[in-house]
Amino acid sequence: MDTESTYSGYSYYSGRSRGSHRHGERSRDRHKSRSKDSRSEKSVTINTPPAEPLLGDSAVRGEQIQDDNWGETTTAVTGTSEHSLSQEDIVRITKDLEDSVGLDCRRYFTRTLAVILGLLVFLTPLAFLVLPHLLWPEKLQSCGTACEGLFISVAFKLLILLLAVWALFFRPARAGLPRVFVFRALLAVLVLLFVVSYWLFYGVRILDSQDENYQGIVQYAVSLVDALLFIHYLAIVLLELRQLQPCFSVCVTRSTDGETRHYNLGQLSIQRAALAIIEHYYCDFPVHNPALLSASKSRAAKHLAGLKVYNVDGEFPAAPAEGPGNNAAAGLAHSQSRAMIAAAARRRDTSHNELYYEEAEHERRVRKRKARLVVAVEEAFTHIKRMQEEEQKKAPGDVMDPREAAQAIFPSMARALQKYLRTTKQQHCHSMESIQQHLAFCITNNMTPKAFLESYLVPGPTLQYSRDRWLARQWTLISEASVTSGLKDGSVFLLKCVDFSLVVTSKKIPYIQMSEEYIDPKSHKFVLRLQSETSV
Amino acid sequence: MSFVPGQPVTAVVQRIEIQKLRQGNNLILGFSIGGGIDQDPGQNPFSEDKTDKGIYVTRITPGGPADVAGLMMGDKIMQVNGWDMTMVTHDKARKRLTKKNEDVVRLLVTRKSLEEAVKHSMGTYHKQ
Repeated sequence: MDTESTYSGYSYYSGRSRGSHRHGERSRDRHKSRSKDSRSEKSVTINTPPAEPLLGDSAVRGEQIQDDNWGETTTAVTGTSEHSLSQEDIVRITKDLEDSVGLDCRRYFTRTLAVILGLLVFLTPLAFLVLPHLLWPEKLQSCGTACEGLFISVAFKLLILLLAVWALFFRPARAGLPRVFVFRALLAVLVLLFVVSYWLFYGVRILDSQDENYQGIVQYAVSLVDALLFIHYLAIVLLELRQLQPCFSVCVTRSTDGETRHYNLGQLSIQRAALAIIEHYYCDFPVHNPALLSASKSRAAKHLAGLKVYNVDGEFPAAPAEGPGNNAAAGLAHSQSRAMIAAAARRRDTSHNELYYEEAEHERRVRKRKARLVVAVEEAFTHIKRMQEEEQKKAPGDVMDPREAAQAIFPSMARALQKYLRTTKQQHCHSMESIQQHLAFCITNNMTPKAFLESYLVPGPTLQYSRDRWLARQWTLISEASVTSGLKDGSVFLLKCVDFSLVVTSKKIPYIQMSEEYIDPKSHKFVLRLQSETSV
Repeated sequence: MSFVPGQPVTAVVQRIEIQKLRQGNNLILGFSIGGGIDQDPGQNPFSEDKTDKGIYVTRITPGGPADVAGLMMGDKIMQVNGWDMTMVTHDKARKRLTKKNEDVVRLLVTRKSLEEAVKHSMGTYHKQ
């Protein structure tokens, strides 16, 4: 049966590996709306399959589906749509594999290109100087004082160039961007053209004609090194200096809970701006906590579940039939949703009341737990004290290192801390091991109980937590404009990761017209301006 | 009405006696004063000389004790019950007028029309 095969295909694929699962989810979101709709509708009306049936089960499950909701299932789950789903899946798997392999290849490819270019650039002046000695040593004029002075200049300029290139380009790559970095590519092409043209000139005018004027050749090599230094200056200006002056103000909003920050960026391409924003995200935004969003989701579900639509005229309401019946079903769905909206507006909804009291109660509970926690931690910290130098010689017994001290005082505060974390829904961010490590760290550095507690009372930036809470290091840039084009006023793009996305809008910082006004310091004079009138 | 520093001030004054009226817990006179040495003399609409920092009557409640006694708007108060009012602060003037243990205040006020009336009468006298 088609149902069985596609379900098995889907489940097998989802169980395979976390990496490809994530890829699949992402691209599934991107590519699919139609089949997703059919799947979600099916889950509303049928209430069945989770995404993990084994291969053996699906046969039985197919039978069950057929028995219970025969009329609706066969129309929703047709051979063509589900079949194309599984094919798409396979295509996507291979594409993802290629992509991941392709990305690594690309990084090594660019690196080898850069190394080759660098070697070419450095060895060229040396080659210019050495080749005449190798090819026509007898004819060559001997090198006088000025010429040898030029040797020193070439040597030092090459050394400076080497240090400058090392400082600018030999830094660990901090990100892999989707498209090539336009300025770098342009600069590489420029350098290549430049060096090639110098070689051409050298080959034609010097090698072929076997010029004897060695000083001229040395000066030629010096001019090459000078020009390379100037190209390096151009590289600094284009790559580093140009985007320092702030030009755009970008507003970054997280889609799940609405956290917003504003940053000032210079003239950057969209992908470089996205990289800067992600780096700011990791240190400015509080960590994404999916447990805090469950309340609003349950409220939304309650809103939907409150009303049910019955069509008393006798037709099947919710089956998305194909073919000619489609328009009728669509029209029916429209009128149903409008009816639902009208009914929801009219009914007296007391959910706002519940929300208000629930939030007040939650606040009270959190404050109570926090008070207990603070007292417990302060008491725990009084149990240990740092041992002084003199005492060390006196009583070597029962001396603990920070880790043991942390383990000794941890149990007295563990319960209060765990209750507090449960109430604020942070318990999955902190493992017991990490708490003990943090406690040992605080004890070592003479921090007060308040300093120890600060990382638990306030949700900190993502990097503060352990690596497995960093969740996303794989970001997708979704943009209507090309990602190598520059930021413009009003450009909008999305940075999507697995759990949430960051919506970024940019605005141009306005041109500021400033004028001056001079005030003479002696012009500050005052008089009484009272004019009271009293009635007697 | 301007004064020359160091010279005594001369003015033609009218004696006005006002009986205070009891209103609830207060004794009121029924007019408002403005001016004083701590006020801005330039804003006085009634004075001829805009450096005059004396106390002027700015408003009269119609039918009140001051109106009945003949006080007019724009009068400059020279004395209250014997106390000088030409060189006092605004608050001091108010206090002098609103003493709780006095039922009657005797003011010496001057106004421009008084001056002219005297000149006129002296003129006719001279003609005679």
